[in-house]
Amino acid sequence: MGTTTTVDIEWVLACYTDDVPENGGACVKHGDEQIALYNFSRRGEWYATQNLCPHKQQMVLSRGMIGSTGDDCTPKVACPFHKKAFSLISGACLTGEDYQIKTYPVKVTDGKVYIGIV
Amino acid sequence: MFQPIIVVVGNGMVGYKFCEKLLAKSSHFNIIVFGEESRIAYDRVHLSEYFNGKTASDLSLSTESWYADNGIKLHLNDPVQEINRVEKIIHSLKGFTVKYDYLVLATGSSAFVPDIPGVEKEGVFVYRTIDDLDLIKNYAVNARVGAVMGGGLLGLEAAKALIDLGIEETHVIEFAPRLMPRQIDSVGSGMLLSKLKSLGLNIHLNKNTAAFVGEHKIEALKFNDDTSLPIDMMVISAGIRPRDELAKLAGLHTGTRGGIIVNEKMQTSDECIFAIGECALYESMIYGLVAPGYEMADVVASYLSGNEKGFYGYDMSTKLKLIGVDVASFGDAFIAEPDCRTIVFENTHKGVYKRINISNDGKYLLGGILIGDADAYNMLLQTVNNKIALPPSPEDLILGSRGGEVNEGAGVMSLPDDALICSCEAVSKSAICSAVNDGACSVDDIKKCTKAGTGCGGCIPLVKDLVVGIMKANGQYVKNVICEHFEYSRQELFDLVKINKVKNYDLVLDHFGKGDGCEVCKPAVASILSSLWNDVIVKQDTIQDSNDRYLANIQKGGTYSVVPRIPGGEITPDKLIVIGQVAKKYGLYTKITGGQRIDMFGAHVNDLPEIWEELIDAGFESGHAYGKALRTVKSCVGSTWCRFGLHDSVSFAIEIEERYKGIRAPHKIKGGVSGCIRECAEAQSKDFGIIATEKGWNLYVCGNGGSKPQHAQLLAADVDNETCIKYIDRFLMFYIKTADPLTRTATWLNKMEGGMSYLKNVVINDSLGIAEKLDEEMQQLVDTYHCEWKEVVENPALRKRFAHFVNAPEEKDPSVKFEAMREQVKAKW
Repeated sequence: MGTTTTVDIEWVLACYTDDVPENGGACVKHGDEQIALYNFSRRGEWYATQNLCPHKQQMVLSRGMIGSTGDDCTPKVACPFHKKAFSLISGACLTGEDYQIKTYPVKVTDGKVYIGIV
Repeated sequence: MFQPIIVVVGNGMVGYKFCEKLLAKSSHFNIIVFGEESRIAYDRVHLSEYFNGKTASDLSLSTESWYADNGIKLHLNDPVQEINRVEKIIHSLKGFTVKYDYLVLATGSSAFVPDIPGVEKEGVFVYRTIDDLDLIKNYAVNARVGAVMGGGLLGLEAAKALIDLGIEETHVIEFAPRLMPRQIDSVGSGMLLSKLKSLGLNIHLNKNTAAFVGEHKIEALKFNDDTSLPIDMMVISAGIRPRDELAKLAGLHTGTRGGIIVNEKMQTSDECIFAIGECALYESMIYGLVAPGYEMADVVASYLSGNEKGFYGYDMSTKLKLIGVDVASFGDAFIAEPDCRTIVFENTHKGVYKRINISNDGKYLLGGILIGDADAYNMLLQTVNNKIALPPSPEDLILGSRGGEVNEGAGVMSLPDDALICSCEAVSKSAICSAVNDGACSVDDIKKCTKAGTGCGGCIPLVKDLVVGIMKANGQYVKNVICEHFEYSRQELFDLVKINKVKNYDLVLDHFGKGDGCEVCKPAVASILSSLWNDVIVKQDTIQDSNDRYLANIQKGGTYSVVPRIPGGEITPDKLIVIGQVAKKYGLYTKITGGQRIDMFGAHVNDLPEIWEELIDAGFESGHAYGKALRTVKSCVGSTWCRFGLHDSVSFAIEIEERYKGIRAPHKIKGGVSGCIRECAEAQSKDFGIIATEKGWNLYVCGNGGSKPQHAQLLAADVDNETCIKYIDRFLMFYIKTADPLTRTATWLNKMEGGMSYLKNVVINDSLGIAEKLDEEMQQLVDTYHCEWKEVVENPALRKRFAHFVNAPEEKDPSVKFEAMREQVKAKW
């Protein structure tokens, strides 16, 4: 109540803004981790999630199509394998299954894209 | 606060459903589940799909975290061994002792294994659990002949499984004189028998197995009539036995032929212990279907949360597909004259048998049987269950209305509000109506908010008709739209984009759509843009489906396949050598495709541009195997070599393939050219097929292989090369402009009002006055052809996109792994 919890976020330089296609994704290597980074240029927003689709354990989410759904235009990514869709904000599965993917904060400074690792 | 402890014994479909129902009704309970298997609850109804591609996780009904999130303590691999009813304690195999307030037995059933000498031999299996299936799967690798004991529903499912596993010769052994004696009558059984025989199944009726013969493993079956049958493996599926051993040990009342006796509240002879599902015996009956099991689960969940309801028997109507043959029985299927009147339709040519039993006064439907065509099942079942008055000609129910007005959809709307639409989840028509009135407008919406259709799935067509019917009745305009972002059909959007000359996706979305797009409208618009302007598709790579984005087909494990075009299937030795060298250099698996070309699998995304650079240098072009575009024009060798050939089919196939290569369409397109009526190129299974005649060519269109094969129909006979190409031009262009997204030509034609005669009129007689336009538009697409791989290979910016890691472009995806198979590789994942 009234106290702020500070979470240590390590901002990792991922790439330059023009490395990621407009309204598309790319995969970022962080140690042994694979992170999918999305340049939602239509909305001027950036998102990041795990690259692994939990449905069939495929490292492919960065190659999925992004878009929006619903009245509130929730941003989402659809896995290219079987079109399971996930919210880019909460990581929740939007196609009626119990999957959950990890999301990461993203910030852009001076044309450089950073992913926040908690 | 006091939280009663509920121990559930058994984690099958019904045990799981009980937990779900109880949680939905009350949170005041402390639930503990014990399961014998190592897996969480899975779908046993669709068990046979495990053999045609579904995995254990696909079949799973839930996740481990679901149990934890809902506060359920789950013990897997730990069957309950003993119940102490005096102290209300159970003991598990692993040594847990748990006190309960209420105990729910959902122990299910096991396979009945008859006492036949040799039953313990290696190679004899039962068919109940995923573990059984794994054993069968491993053993089947080395088996050529398999047999199933039991010609009932489960036996035939097991036979289907053996076929799916690639067993060359499958036998079904049944000691009764007919198949599925519990569900269908003898005429229906005869029809099913001949249909299954024609599909390659060997069925032996009136056969009593005397012994399983063999040294250690099974080698043959010996029958009572002294005949025998050599086999390599055996699956026993001769019925089920309720698992009541735990209840017996605890002194609960059980039936003489098995089953835990329960009252209408599903209470056993101990009022704190309940039994549900296939282990429960209610009024001398075991209910071996999932829907009554779910209803029992609901009865107990309601009772415990203070809303009493009872179980008073259950409708055992079923509909299923056995090895591709529809089989359904509903209501009172066996009632016969003079207790009712019977209407029978029999068509041995098509393997269809339909029987309905109506009351003597002709007012009501009592029950019936459907073999070979069960489309009417849902409506017939509703007519029985809701005692809907029959029309004056009740034969229309199975024959369809012959002449007169056909009022489609009126059927579902005339159902009473309390009609049970989904029996697995007990969802009534009124529940679906109110969901639609609250804004649901698709089957998916209904699934989410009512759960209807999420069980066996049999009611989905009915749900769909209902949703459309209610929306129409509410005056809501039911429109064929692309997705939530575009309120247009593909054809409307095609015209809008064309007239307004819009050339990229974002502008299309700004002008004609809303929101930010999605995985449905992006590729649909990409296809329209491509069919109209034929620009290099990778310039707008992020609106393409993954295959079109990387110009290669994504495969298991995340690698891609490479298919160069080999027009007409003709290739020089030098080019064959290049394919071999490239495949070797990049470690690719090679296989001849069904379309007479060579597919190379297992390419890393990083390697694709280099692989294509080498192929293009050797004179190859993209094969568009990844696109909704022309795939191949298959040909036979034709008159140049074949002594029967009438014309040179290879040259014509090459000319046609070169003409239409690269053109984007609503779906993939395949063609074929045969040099004579023997039809070696299988042209009549293609979107367009050409067969040589004495006088020229016959042109067939709208054929299809795939899951619903359909023969192509004759569009024009005895035409010359030039006319043939003109008609294909118009036919393809008309298809490209008017079909819905992802609709093959066969489906497009099936939906077309007027069908083939309409299409003929448009293409040949120019009834719409658009022929000249179609000719021009096609010529423009032909003239603007480019090899998109060449464009990528020569463009450094486009090449850069073919990297797995954006921040380590040289590195390949380390999660991609291969293993050896027959001197090549396959994906390991």
